[in-house]
Amino acid sequence: MLTAPVEWLGRRGLSFLLEAGRYTCFSLRAMAAACRLPLQVFKTVEQVYFIGVRSMSVILLIGLFTGMVLGLQGYYALVKFGSEGMLGAAVALSLIRELGPVLTAIMVIGRAGSAMTAEIGVMRISEQIDALDTMDIDPVRFLVSPKVAGAVISFPLLTAFFDFMGIVGGYLTGVIMLGVNSGIYWYRIESAVEMSDVTGGFVKSLVFALIVATMCSYQGYYTHLRSRGFGAVGVSLSTTTAVVISCVMVLISDYVITSFFM
Amino acid sequence: MSTPPLIEFKNLRKSFGDNVVLDGVDLVFNQGEVTTIIGKSGVGKSVMIKHIVGLLEPDSGEILVRGRPLGEMPPAERKEFKGRVSYMFQSNALFDSMTVFDNVALPLRERRRMPEPEVRRKAMALLETLELPHVTERYPSQLSGGMQKRVALARALVNDPEIVLFDEPTTGLDPLRKNAVLAMVSHYQRHFGFTAIMVSHDVPDVFYISNRIAILDQGRILFSGSPVELERSGNEVAVEFLASLESLENEIMGITGLHGLQERLAAQPAADGGRQAALLALEDMEGLRRQAGNLGAHRFLDACIGLARKHAGPGALLGRTGPGEFLCVLPAALPGGEDAAGRFLSGVSRDLAQGGLCRLGAADLSISVAVLGGAAQLKANDCREAAAAARAGATALGRLACGDGE
Repeated sequence: MLTAPVEWLGRRGLSFLLEAGRYTCFSLRAMAAACRLPLQVFKTVEQVYFIGVRSMSVILLIGLFTGMVLGLQGYYALVKFGSEGMLGAAVALSLIRELGPVLTAIMVIGRAGSAMTAEIGVMRISEQIDALDTMDIDPVRFLVSPKVAGAVISFPLLTAFFDFMGIVGGYLTGVIMLGVNSGIYWYRIESAVEMSDVTGGFVKSLVFALIVATMCSYQGYYTHLRSRGFGAVGVSLSTTTAVVISCVMVLISDYVITSFFM
Repeated sequence: MSTPPLIEFKNLRKSFGDNVVLDGVDLVFNQGEVTTIIGKSGVGKSVMIKHIVGLLEPDSGEILVRGRPLGEMPPAERKEFKGRVSYMFQSNALFDSMTVFDNVALPLRERRRMPEPEVRRKAMALLETLELPHVTERYPSQLSGGMQKRVALARALVNDPEIVLFDEPTTGLDPLRKNAVLAMVSHYQRHFGFTAIMVSHDVPDVFYISNRIAILDQGRILFSGSPVELERSGNEVAVEFLASLESLENEIMGITGLHGLQERLAAQPAADGGRQAALLALEDMEGLRRQAGNLGAHRFLDACIGLARKHAGPGALLGRTGPGEFLCVLPAALPGGEDAAGRFLSGVSRDLAQGGLCRLGAADLSISVAVLGGAAQLKANDCREAAAAARAGATALGRLACGDGE
């Protein structure tokens, strides 16, 4: 009776380790297969279109409004200290170092990541992945690697567009609506943002790309191993899990990168 | 020294949790032959062939490929073997986001890395053979079940495999298409010389195209041999499979085959001193079928079973022992003591004399057939022996007349 909680904890711990190990192996396999020759150029371009181009409109829109909100909130905070001239720097640094990569990743998880899980999950339950296996076609290379490559190419580009639109959004509220000097706004951005900030944001977006593509694919690929829920229910559970875990991992890794590497 | 078989299962075991699916399977697949695995649904036929292609790993036991254990092969050799095997899934497993052409061409593009003109030529040739050239640009979900089956078959054959595994290739097809697919498997097998391993329920149709038949039951191979050997073996499960045309009729009439009767008896507590049984038979069933047709003969048998149920009561167990005969194991509680079977037969005889038991539903058809009956003591639940004893002492009970329309 008293040992039950310890047993439960042990079971959960072992299960977590098993899952973590399987995910790590899966991710490494997918990344290695993405680099193996011949490169899957056409499939990667398809994924860049799906993850990048198809997400562009929503990223631009979210970027614009995020920047506008930052402009508004930043102005009201800075004006209390008479430093409203620093608005451009505040908006740009917040976006480039932090909000751009994180919000882009979260938007792409919702739009493309969930679709990746559902697509691979349906292929798993309808034996299409087994069919690839019997044809001696590596399912991880065929299905997952192009998604990883497509995400690695798309995420930094989407983040750059997000940052740009955010800065424009900040300009609209800060300069056009609230009357901050336009020259000061751009000058402060230019003087405050350093190359290391841009590189840091770029590195974050690359890490997030790998996390999102591998975690969403992993959840779909192992849909059949779920203890609760088979078939369509299993796919829906996998999709939900993929979105939640990807978001959590993005935020945790964001903290780790910011505190140790930036 | 003789050449080892192409594939050999040695004491193969596989469980899923507590569910033991394969419990020591020993089976040989010879090169260039069509081997069909038959068995009831859910006995593990598909699980068995999935081991060959590596979709499942056995818990214990070995799979030998030309005498070499598959599990001990180096990765390159295993990959090379896998490259010679094709698998046609029961569910077809077609890629639903690809067109029919892309589905068929995929193994050539991805595995063989053929030039595109060659891929197109080869895939189109196969699609034309399978009467599918007009649907190449459609998606699988836009095709009928039969067409999807043929696309799956095309995909399995496009790579010129040495071994093709067919997992119930005719499921969901209409009788004409089913025959066409079986004929196609046979034709292609002879034409290309591949080894075919098939899981099927289409008994006895598959016997015509198979070199060897294996019966899987309760995790083990009950029989393995040629269809002719199977027919002559007298194996109870085999006999039941061979008589599977009667199965639907049995189901409708609420009786079992001899093997099923034996199983039901084994599940019941043994009666002291054994139980009494009676055999009822329609004389000259073949002649009756010729005269009244299959459906008409069915009406006669059904009427006969109705009589048996009426006089034996609800506790009786009925099992078909031949085309026109069945054994009725009487309930232990039936009145009459040791002469319960005799009283049962007298009751049947009385009713036959009264007539009006059977209607054929065809106004211009009126036939009567003699009903024979015999009694026997059931010893050690051996229904076969009891049926033989009852048959030996059977006498005419009367004539069952059918006609007069419905």
